[in-house]
Amino acid sequence: MLEPILLSLKVAIAAVVVVFFVGLAIARTMARKEFFGKNVVESLIILPMVLPPTVLGYGLLILLGKRGPIGHFLLESFDLQLVFTWWAAVIASAVVSFPLMYQSAKAAFAGVDLTLEQAARTLGAKELRIFLTITLPLAWPGILAGLVLSFARALGEFGATLMVAGNIPGKTQTIPLAIYFAVESGDTDVARNLVLVITLMSFATVFWLNWWSRRKLQVWKKGGASHAESEHP
Amino acid sequence: MLKVNIHKSLPGISVEVKFTVTEGIMVIFGPSGAGKSTILNCISGLQLPDQGTISLNGEVFYSSAEKIAIPARNRHIGYVFQDYALFPHMTVKDNVMYGIPSRCKSGGGFRMTVLDVLEMLKITRLQDRYPCQLSGGEKQRVALARALMVEPDLLLLDEPLSALDHGNRKALQGELLELQRIWQIPFLLVTHSRKEMAVLADEVLLLEKGRQVAFSPAA
Repeated sequence: MLEPILLSLKVAIAAVVVVFFVGLAIARTMARKEFFGKNVVESLIILPMVLPPTVLGYGLLILLGKRGPIGHFLLESFDLQLVFTWWAAVIASAVVSFPLMYQSAKAAFAGVDLTLEQAARTLGAKELRIFLTITLPLAWPGILAGLVLSFARALGEFGATLMVAGNIPGKTQTIPLAIYFAVESGDTDVARNLVLVITLMSFATVFWLNWWSRRKLQVWKKGGASHAESEHP
Repeated sequence: MLKVNIHKSLPGISVEVKFTVTEGIMVIFGPSGAGKSTILNCISGLQLPDQGTISLNGEVFYSSAEKIAIPARNRHIGYVFQDYALFPHMTVKDNVMYGIPSRCKSGGGFRMTVLDVLEMLKITRLQDRYPCQLSGGEKQRVALARALMVEPDLLLLDEPLSALDHGNRKALQGELLELQRIWQIPFLLVTHSRKEMAVLADEVLLLEKGRQVAFSPAA
């Protein structure tokens, strides 16, 4: 029973790391730049959120499979096969949870006052420093919300994962898959325990991040009063 | 000496000005929508004019003919924004220090230390506070300190006193005059208040619908 839990955590964390960096880069670009066809690009980014996971799984199989463009290339050049490995589970989780990260991060970036970035520019700061010291900290609450949502979504990913990663115990069998197949084979004890575990894990994640982000926010939103309170409860 | 000769088209208005500032405080005066802030943005490098030249003390910042456009961060121009633009997640001290690290390395002794500047603007006791805990007048002083800390060669002020109450405005007017005398760099100040213009201006640029109506030493 421990194997699916550890694997689920591993897959969800890896997926969120990917989603975090790619999501930040794309969200930042989309929040600040106007270009022809932006609506189309944006719709494509959001699409995984509304499509059935099986459709995504099918699409990923086509792309990553032995005869698919990416799968064929990886096999030929690096002797690498992604399908039915835990990396396929990571890719499936990342694709499915990406829109959640993207939307939160984009809204967060759009909410940062442009004048602040300009002020930093007149103070001699380079773009990377402005991003790291002004834009990112100010957008952080929204980005964190995106992280929570995408982590929870990645943890619960079922359909696409089953199609591209399969259900190989110890290799690609994450908690949701283990639950499904435990129920199917009548193993209700395992199913119940895993249901409890994933519910607790999801709740703890959301709860901790919510609590943490509110504490962090208090310091500069409400000022020293609430800061002092948190130091002397 | 600041030399500006620029043209910029915006939706609904086209800004065209030509002036030089050697020292003292020059006030750009005009109704809202006359293009005052656009001029400051062009000088600071936050916006690019369509045509013309901008130079400060012989260094060309912008020239459409020579295709020169120095980025804002390399212009050494202080800018006090209309709504102060203080970084809300940093303390007063961190706000004021923000511009220092990058310029310290490029050499040059500083005229004043952080503490001197805070002291002069009477904000030393505020240094550990966050911007949301400051009054309008205090925010304005912090914004001034932050802009001056990087030892700019020119200071731009966009409606610096418009959001303040009467008492604060009078006090800050006096401080601006004194700061200019100590710092010995040109100040370029945008306002739509005749009173402010009368008190502060050494020179005046009158602006109407983007056109320069008059440019003269204040009477």
